[in-house]
Parts: sequence; C-alpha cells; structure tokens
Amino acid sequence: MIKKLAMMLLAASLAAGSSALLAQSVSSSLRGPTPLNDEGPAPPMQPTKNTAEKEVRNYPEQPPVIPHSIDGYQVDIQGNKCLSCHARARTAESKAPMLSITHFMDRDGQFLASVSPRRYFCTQCHVPQSTATPPVSNDFVDIDTVLSHDKPGAKR
Amino acid sequence: MSSADIPQGTGTPAPEKRLGLIRRAWHFVLDLIDVLLKPSSIFGLGVLVLAGFVAGVIFWGGFNTALELTNTEKFCTGCHEMKDNVFAELKTTVHFSNRSGVRASCPDCHVPHNWTDKIARKMQASKEVWGHLFGSIDTREKFVDRRLELALHEWARFKANDSLECRNCHSAQSMDITKQSPRAVEAHQRFLFTGEKTCIDCHKGIAHHLPDMRGVPGWQ
Repeated sequence: MIKKLAMMLLAASLAAGSSALLAQSVSSSLRGPTPLNDEGPAPPMQPTKNTAEKEVRNYPEQPPVIPHSIDGYQVDIQGNKCLSCHARARTAESKAPMLSITHFMDRDGQFLASVSPRRYFCTQCHVPQSTATPPVSNDFVDIDTVLSHDKPGAKR
Repeated sequence: MSSADIPQGTGTPAPEKRLGLIRRAWHFVLDLIDVLLKPSSIFGLGVLVLAGFVAGVIFWGGFNTALELTNTEKFCTGCHEMKDNVFAELKTTVHFSNRSGVRASCPDCHVPHNWTDKIARKMQASKEVWGHLFGSIDTREKFVDRRLELALHEWARFKANDSLECRNCHSAQSMDITKQSPRAVEAHQRFLFTGEKTCIDCHKGIAHHLPDMRGVPGWQ
C-alpha cells in the first residue's frame, strides 16, 4: 500500500517536473514566450547612443564607430553632412576628428586632393551604436589582453 | 489724382463719342466725391459710425480669414510643385512626426508670424504664383535644377532675420542644455549663445533635401 502510494507520488512529481521543464524550455529562449509557430511582437527600437566620446577600437583595422546620433544626416551626391564637421578644413571649428588620410587614397594607392569617391559614403563602414543590451553577451578580448597573458606573472 | 487724369482725358485726340464716355465717367467720379464729402442728410451720425464699425469688422475679419487660409499646409500643398517635392521630403523629417507630436508645417517656417513681415512675404509670394502659372518648376527635373537657387533664397532670408522662424519655437533662452547631447551643448554654447552663428548656419537641410552643396560655406 505504502509502496503503491510512493510510486504514485513519484509519477505525479515527475509529470509536474517534466511539464514545468517543458514550459520553461519553450519560454526561456531568445524568442520570449511566443510559440514557435507564431511571430511575436517586435521589441521597441532603442535610441542610438548620442555622446561626444570616442569609443576605443577593438582591433587596429576597425573603422571607428560613430558615438553620436546621425538621424537625418544627408550623405548623397548633393552633399555630405558628416564632412561638414569631419572634413580637414572643418575640424578646427568643429573639434571633430579629421577623417584619416587613407580616405584620400584611390584604389591604386594614389592620394587625391580630397576624399576619394570610394570612401565618400561614411556609413558603409562607420556605424552609430544602439543603446540596446545585446541578447547574447560577447566575450571578445582584444589582442593586448591576449598578449598580456604571456607576460610573466600574468593570469592565464 | 485729378492732375494725372485730366490731361489723359483732354490731351489725346480721340473720337467724339469715346471722349464723351471718358468725360462722363470723370463727371461721375467728381459727383461721387461730392456726395462723399457732403454731410449725410438721411442717416444719423450714430448709424453711420455703427455701420462703418460693423463694415470694418467684416472687412478686416474677411481679409484676415482669407490671409490665414493661404497660410495653411492644405493651401501650400494644393500645388503639385509643393506636394510632390518639398512636402514629400518634409514628411520624413522630425519636423513632421516626432515623439511629442508637435508639427511644424509650411507657414511655421516660411511665413513670418509678425503681421507687417507676413504681408511683405505675401507680396513677395506673388512671384511664386507667377512661377506656378508659367510652370517654372512644374516637373521634378525643373525643380531639382532650381533647388539651389530656391534654397539660397530661404537661407538668405533666415540669415537676415536671425532665423526668426526657428526661434518662434526654439528659443535660446528656454533651451535647457543639460537635456541636450554633449555635442549639441558644446556647439550651442560656442556659437548660438555667443551670437556668432544663427540656426540656419548649421541646420541646413533639416526639413527638405539639400541642393548641390558645393561652394556653400561649411560644406564640401
């Protein structure tokens, strides 16, 4: 009798546990609680980061990211709003970093007098930053951190 | 008035009948002036004053209502030149839809709010009626070709009145720079508050697409 009761209890707890596990596995994914065959509501757009502070590059070749909002900036054949601060002649007044000399190079490595047409469209490489928290964390470490592991006494 | 009209009526050797017509018209005008100068013998002074006051109210109200009708987004976008070019561009900008739901429509920026300035601008706008009638920008290509010229007019106007139409909403006095981004704080403190620059110097192309900016100061 007691054995039978114990078995029933065990079965009930197993069922409860598995259903809880099942429910959890469905709702704990990045999709949120939306069932797999449904499309959930899109999360609201996050504002872009809008500061004046330079962000450190993660590797030397990385195009620097834009730390400020560029909403409504026109970059086309008529004009380039970015260059009205970042162009060589404008940086004294704007205090913005000058676009690098590499942007004056054409594809043959010849330096032109002004921005090369192939480097004219800033947002091809440089992008503003969202304030959203990434759903998946990033454990990237830069090369300096990797190299410092080799130093005597450093943590490995 | 009379000295200008009399030689015209008597000096030109016109046929007898036509001269008579002009004479008769002239006599009618003289009679009318006589009547207007004579004190009323029928209506009381109170009636005349009251009637004049009521007529004045109706005339002024009608005039202002008609003027304000030409000061609406609906009127401005009644022409396809405005609707398909500049108004279509405005729709994508922050002055059309934004977080607080305040909209700046055409006359808010392009017509001075001060009455005398408004009338002056409205008289200038008769040139735009001419342009519409004779199709100076009636295709997209014509509009794009003249965009720089049109933009230069507006930039010059904003520069001359110290961006008055911007400041009707965005006053430097009520600007809380602690709520602005660090870049905006820096720029406004250095250039706006010192009076070194006015709004339009930096904020070009915020409501419409830019023309070819080569040669415009501050642009490449």
